[in-house]
Amino acid sequence: MSVTIQLAYLLAAFLFALGLKLMSSPETARWGNLASACAMLLTVVVTLLHTEVVEYQWILVGIVIGSAIGSLAATRLQLTEMPELVALFNGFGGGASLLVGWEAYHRQPLQDPLGAATILLAVVIGGVTFSGSLVAWGKLKEIGWRSFRLSRPLLFPGQQAINFLLLAFLCLGGVLYGLDSAESQTLFLVLVALAFLIGIMVVVPIGGADMPVVISLLNSYSGLAACAAGFVIFNNILIVAGALVGASGLILTNIMCKAMNRSLTNVLFSGFGAVAGKGGKKTHGEPRPISAEDAYFVLEAARSVVFVPGYGLAVAQAQHAVMELGELLEDNGCEVRYAVHPVAGRMPGHMNVLLAEANVSYDLLVEIDDVNPNMETVDVCVVIGANDVVNPAARDDAESSIYGMPIIEVDRARVVIVLKRSMAAGFAGIENPLFYKDNTRMLFGDAKSSLNAVLGEFKRS
Amino acid sequence: MSGDLIFLMFILMLAVFLGLELISKVPATLHTPLMSGSNAISGITLVGALLAAGAADSTPLSIGLGTAAVTLATINVVGGYLVTQRMLSMFKKKRGDRK
Repeated sequence: MSVTIQLAYLLAAFLFALGLKLMSSPETARWGNLASACAMLLTVVVTLLHTEVVEYQWILVGIVIGSAIGSLAATRLQLTEMPELVALFNGFGGGASLLVGWEAYHRQPLQDPLGAATILLAVVIGGVTFSGSLVAWGKLKEIGWRSFRLSRPLLFPGQQAINFLLLAFLCLGGVLYGLDSAESQTLFLVLVALAFLIGIMVVVPIGGADMPVVISLLNSYSGLAACAAGFVIFNNILIVAGALVGASGLILTNIMCKAMNRSLTNVLFSGFGAVAGKGGKKTHGEPRPISAEDAYFVLEAARSVVFVPGYGLAVAQAQHAVMELGELLEDNGCEVRYAVHPVAGRMPGHMNVLLAEANVSYDLLVEIDDVNPNMETVDVCVVIGANDVVNPAARDDAESSIYGMPIIEVDRARVVIVLKRSMAAGFAGIENPLFYKDNTRMLFGDAKSSLNAVLGEFKRS
Repeated sequence: MSGDLIFLMFILMLAVFLGLELISKVPATLHTPLMSGSNAISGITLVGALLAAGAADSTPLSIGLGTAAVTLATINVVGGYLVTQRMLSMFKKKRGDRK
């Protein structure tokens, strides 16, 4: 590889790192993304000058098709479909690494054990990422057939044993392949299929509330797959960039797990909801409904309001209505903040993007630790489509399956207004004592129409 | 060959540490753009795909695998960066302009 190319890769590695560094603040983040994109462009252009690249027609075909699909998807899609898109892109990255490994093996079937091992790593991690991401995408898309819903955690007896067996087969096959790669063409295809199967099996038992963890994890895998592909073709820029992505995904996975007070193994091996049914005291009492008009009177008199958005906000597409209500309240002299739980929604930062889309200023978005200490001074908490992340049982009830999970302690505010469709059990099937507290009022109905009703009251006055 | 491998492992180790340091400073509000942005970076595997699709004396299977890899990686790169830019352009602080 010529010195020019290596120097260009060095510059690209610097720009990738700089890009991530600039992501540390919303003000500089756009430049960060731009730096990263420039690094990628530079890398691609100098790679095309590589002496081993002699045929350009197929590259052109791939780049034209890829660019067309990529730019269409990125510009046409609704931003509420972001989790699906990220899941899908993760999968494509993994798939590309799989194909690169496969091609390297096809070109040179006779590999020393070390070479065979790197190829196998790229192919297996890439394959798991690809199939796992497609299942995650299907879950987020709520794909289903008749009574079957992919989004529900799919658990069956002996699942762990089967997964273990698949993994054992993969290891065994991997060793056999590594010892005699030239004669193992069929075995190689079996291993690819095994990797696909494992990816599916790993994601299938995971419930909707755990999606942020899975997406972060797959994100990490897509980086590791690129890394492994870098070892296959002995290319340092792939290793640097892949490692950065792998680290990023790992950190996000860790943050998500902490925010749910669960370990990664717990998330991966026990579908949420399947184990949640047990435990939790029965709560007594009746929920107290409130009308939109009364909600208006409560909010109108409030000096400090905290909105707590959850996945229900995304489903109801109520982000613009929230923003409008927030602005009216601010004009009314009220202090408005938005408290976002790390696992609210279906991917890390999901709520922040939705609210940003609705033009909510990002400095109004606060985290758990910013809002909990002075919750007593908050006049009204408005919970919109969030359930488990505000469930006081996580703090009070050692029997509950979510005990120990950090929550936004809305029940300590003077008044809590909960926007909810009905009293049906939430995603995890856990009773939420919040709904029966003396200071809680339930505003039943679709979040968007409820908010619009309150907005109507504001405008009439 | 194994000397090269050790060298690449050094790079890997340092890059992982660098990544952990850099990413732990990203605020929660930017986690989605971080994810889609880093996702675009993982499309770096496009380099390997270009080398595969552009190599001389390829069998049809090689060409097919290479071209498919280029396509997938390009979707990842182009789509990832565009959608990240689209999201980041929405993160605004607008206290000042409100009356």
